Amino acid sequence: MTSEPLYHPQGDELALYEAAYAARLPVMVKGPTGCGKSRFVEHMAWRLGKPLITVACNEDMTASDLVGRYLLDSQGTRWVDGPLTQAARIGAICYLDEVVEARQDTTVVIHALTDHRRCLPIDKKAEVVQAHPDFQLVISYNPGYQSAMKDLKPSTKQRFVAFDFDYPLPELEAQIVVSETGIDTATATQLVRIAGAARALKGHGLSEGVSTRLLVYAAQLMRQGVAPRDACRMAMVRPITDDLDIRQSLDHAIDACWG
Amino acid sequence: MPAGADPTPNPSSPWAHDPQVLAGWQALDCALPAVRPVFEACAHEAIARLSPSSLQAFWQGGRQLGKLGRGAAPVLAWLTYWPEVVEALGESDAEQAFEVVMALLLRMNKSPNSAAMTHLLTSLGPVAQRLGGLSVLQAYLHTVGHFMDRTTGSIHGRQATLPSAGLPELLLQAPRLLQTLSLSGWQAWVDFGARAYAHHPPQQEDYFALRSPDSLAVLQRERHGTLLRDAERTLSLSLQAMWQLQAHVLPLPTAQVSAEHGVQAVSVLPCLLLESSDKGPSYAMGLPDVLDGQAGVSALDRYRLMVMHMAGHIRWSTPCIADNWSPMQRLAVEWFEDTRIDWLLIRTWPGLRHSLLALYPPVQEGGCNEATHACVLHRLSVWSRSVLDERFEVQDPQLREWRERFMALVDGQGKARGQWTEAGQVSTAQVAQLALQFVARTRRPSDAQAQVHFEHTQVDWRDDNRHHWQFIEDGDEEDTAPSPTRVDDEELHSLPPQLYPEWDYLAGSERPDWVRVFEYLHPPGHADDIDQLLLRHAALSKRLQRLLDQLKPQGRTRERHLENGSELDLDVALAAHIDLKTGHTPSHRVEQHIKPVERDVSVQLVMDLSASLNEKAPGSDQTVLQISQESVALLAWALHQLGDALAIGGFHSNTRHDVRYMHIKGFEEPWADPVKARLAALEPAYSTRMGVAIRHAARTLIKRKSTKKILLVLTDGEPSDVDVTDPNYLMHDARQVVHSLQSQGVFVWCIQLHPAHEASVRHVFGDHCTLVDRMGQLPETLANLFFKLTR
Repeated sequence: MTSEPLYHPQGDELALYEAAYAARLPVMVKGPTGCGKSRFVEHMAWRLGKPLITVACNEDMTASDLVGRYLLDSQGTRWVDGPLTQAARIGAICYLDEVVEARQDTTVVIHALTDHRRCLPIDKKAEVVQAHPDFQLVISYNPGYQSAMKDLKPSTKQRFVAFDFDYPLPELEAQIVVSETGIDTATATQLVRIAGAARALKGHGLSEGVSTRLLVYAAQLMRQGVAPRDACRMAMVRPITDDLDIRQSLDHAIDACWG
Repeated sequence: MPAGADPTPNPSSPWAHDPQVLAGWQALDCALPAVRPVFEACAHEAIARLSPSSLQAFWQGGRQLGKLGRGAAPVLAWLTYWPEVVEALGESDAEQAFEVVMALLLRMNKSPNSAAMTHLLTSLGPVAQRLGGLSVLQAYLHTVGHFMDRTTGSIHGRQATLPSAGLPELLLQAPRLLQTLSLSGWQAWVDFGARAYAHHPPQQEDYFALRSPDSLAVLQRERHGTLLRDAERTLSLSLQAMWQLQAHVLPLPTAQVSAEHGVQAVSVLPCLLLESSDKGPSYAMGLPDVLDGQAGVSALDRYRLMVMHMAGHIRWSTPCIADNWSPMQRLAVEWFEDTRIDWLLIRTWPGLRHSLLALYPPVQEGGCNEATHACVLHRLSVWSRSVLDERFEVQDPQLREWRERFMALVDGQGKARGQWTEAGQVSTAQVAQLALQFVARTRRPSDAQAQVHFEHTQVDWRDDNRHHWQFIEDGDEEDTAPSPTRVDDEELHSLPPQLYPEWDYLAGSERPDWVRVFEYLHPPGHADDIDQLLLRHAALSKRLQRLLDQLKPQGRTRERHLENGSELDLDVALAAHIDLKTGHTPSHRVEQHIKPVERDVSVQLVMDLSASLNEKAPGSDQTVLQISQESVALLAWALHQLGDALAIGGFHSNTRHDVRYMHIKGFEEPWADPVKARLAALEPAYSTRMGVAIRHAARTLIKRKSTKKILLVLTDGEPSDVDVTDPNYLMHDARQVVHSLQSQGVFVWCIQLHPAHEASVRHVFGDHCTLVDRMGQLPETLANLFFKLTR
């Protein structure tokens, strides 16, 4: 991590994270999509001066994608460390993004790493990797969005300390959009208002509101010379819904905002 | 001198000796005594309105009608109303119209419908004025003629002998209906009535006299403009998105439909109703039930502005106590408060400015004559416009001053801080004080005049402000709040009826709100009966159990030949290694992945509970019902074992007004005694209106989140009902439902218990059906079918 990832703290999460890291406690970051979870972890890795290994989890991910596997080459088979093993060896912060997307049997491999043992058994190599003293595991997790089927096991949940994130307060969010894109404050404030309108529809047909990330996209489009109405429609409405009525309502909110 | 015509002119008439009138009387050649007394007046008017050539046709038409032997009524109607038609169409078109109308009249004369000739002529004037062109009038007359042919009844199927029941009413209502409907809308309405009630003369009459609810429903559908019903969801979403408010939307009728007056437009104001309860206040917004676009603003945007304005009141207004203020003061307070709300709206949502200003009435200074009218409303309207529209210049120094004072009040703090915020705004009370001062300072002697100038003083989106006032003492104002709909006592034992459309294959469209479905919880019987039934099939249960074990998620399946799997597939890896050693290109897909299997199925079973289920099954001493019960019980048991969600419902119908849907088991209900008890107590009755039952059952099924949704229909007949004569109608309806469900990802399958109905079941369900030949096999067939469908 060479340059500072931009991050506006919403509260005292920086100090809390530093404390958790000092004790090498595994950390869970919760919150809706695009509210700054990954950015927060990046920022903390930069602050602490540790390497960060990010793994985006998906449904097809298996335990060997994390731990490592044998690959074939001309000499026969060869062992390759997975990102988790690698992080445990070199003492990096390993960040498992959207961990619930991975299947439950996959997530179980982290159990031994996240308690007092701090080790990773690799059954295929019959080896136990003892974690580097600097190693820390961070997972992110979006509670509302996944189905009940895809919840973390209680035994997994119980191994982490958690940060609960939400979309920033309007003023702060506008400030974030400004500093991410260099757009003027008045425009950013309007964007945040439209986002507020979309978030109010959560549960009324929208499963998730407009994320801060989409606000930044809209602002970036505007910086490219796209008219505000079009930028908002393109970045903030079309991606999140196919429901005609919701689209109309949000379009109307956008039209109402840009006089 | 023609024989029979009375040559003596009517001495009391002032035009008795007008030579043109006398010539007209000669040309009319009419001996009917009832015509004589009114002739001069009619003739005089016709002469004044018509050109000589069309006058000629006028006399000729009258003469023709007089000689038909249908009495004086058609002649009188002709003499009175034809000039109006000519004026509406213009002289040149009238000639052609004459031909067409005469042709239709002669056709009516020959049919049993001669009595309706008068009605046709009476209504023709206003209709022609409304339609305003020859070609549309021809289309109108064609529809009338066609309708007459379709609805004229016959006793023995050969000679038309019964007059059309709906025709007189149709003609009487036409002028008024065409005010609100386009010609094509009117035609659709006529067509619907003609088809639906072709064989029910009394109902036909009710339909065309606008006395039946169907008639009004179809009318509503055909009206131009945007229906509130269509905009309702968008509006409540907007409200939630932009104001974080939830309000109930009530339609206010904008047209009054009555038999005497037809459809009459009624002007309504939006209204906001507040109800406070323990859970905090709840709101209801009354909005016109249909709107057209206006001044370049779409109907939806007009609805939105109304909603936004009312939401503004909810957010920013506080009620005032009205008792101590005069009506004039209250009026001013309302205007000031409305203006403040609109000003705030524009401030908060600048994008609304454009449509607000476009819809604001085009009021101009000096538009009201103070010598004759009270101009207070006009002044307020000009003032309000000047506040909202900066480009609107006011000359009157007084109004200008008030504009400044108002702006200083509402915007003062904003200016001081350099930026306006919602929190820093003034209250209703402050604005009300300003309004009271306005009344005191700008009062003029002319304001007391009886004639009030109303033009351009009704602002489109503003509501009636009933929420703005609190009365400590009861006033005597009329309560115009929409009253909640009355619930019939008879309906209380079930859920309120749900209205469903039905597909009319001849029209190619749906009949709106055509069928009423009552959903009941099926009364329980004895759960033991079902257990006994299941015991009888113990052998089958055992066989099923084996099948179930196979079906149950076994936990895992192996996927081989993957490039990125969870582990190495040793066999393939060895083969690859050998390939490598021998110099061949090895496969990269040497890994495997073990995957757990999940079942995610929702099944809705719909049972036909019509009377025929009571019959004995062929080759068995059980009734069809008993066998169905067994099969369903077995299936429910099997699905319970599997953990798949199953819902069971039964239906029968007794005309479209009473379709009963019995709830037997819901998706989340376990297979336990209450469900078994309901299943045990099934009682067949009435007929099989299948389409609507499927519609109703599918409603909950579609909302399920399962990847696989299955709707099974268990029936022993074909769609039929006692109020439907066309045997294909309900079949097409069912087919339409099945198709629409399939396009929504629901898998529909029918189990037909009666082999005779194969053709109809194939027509409705296509290949998605199973015919059960031997009833004894049903339990097994059903269970096997289910396993086949879900494997």
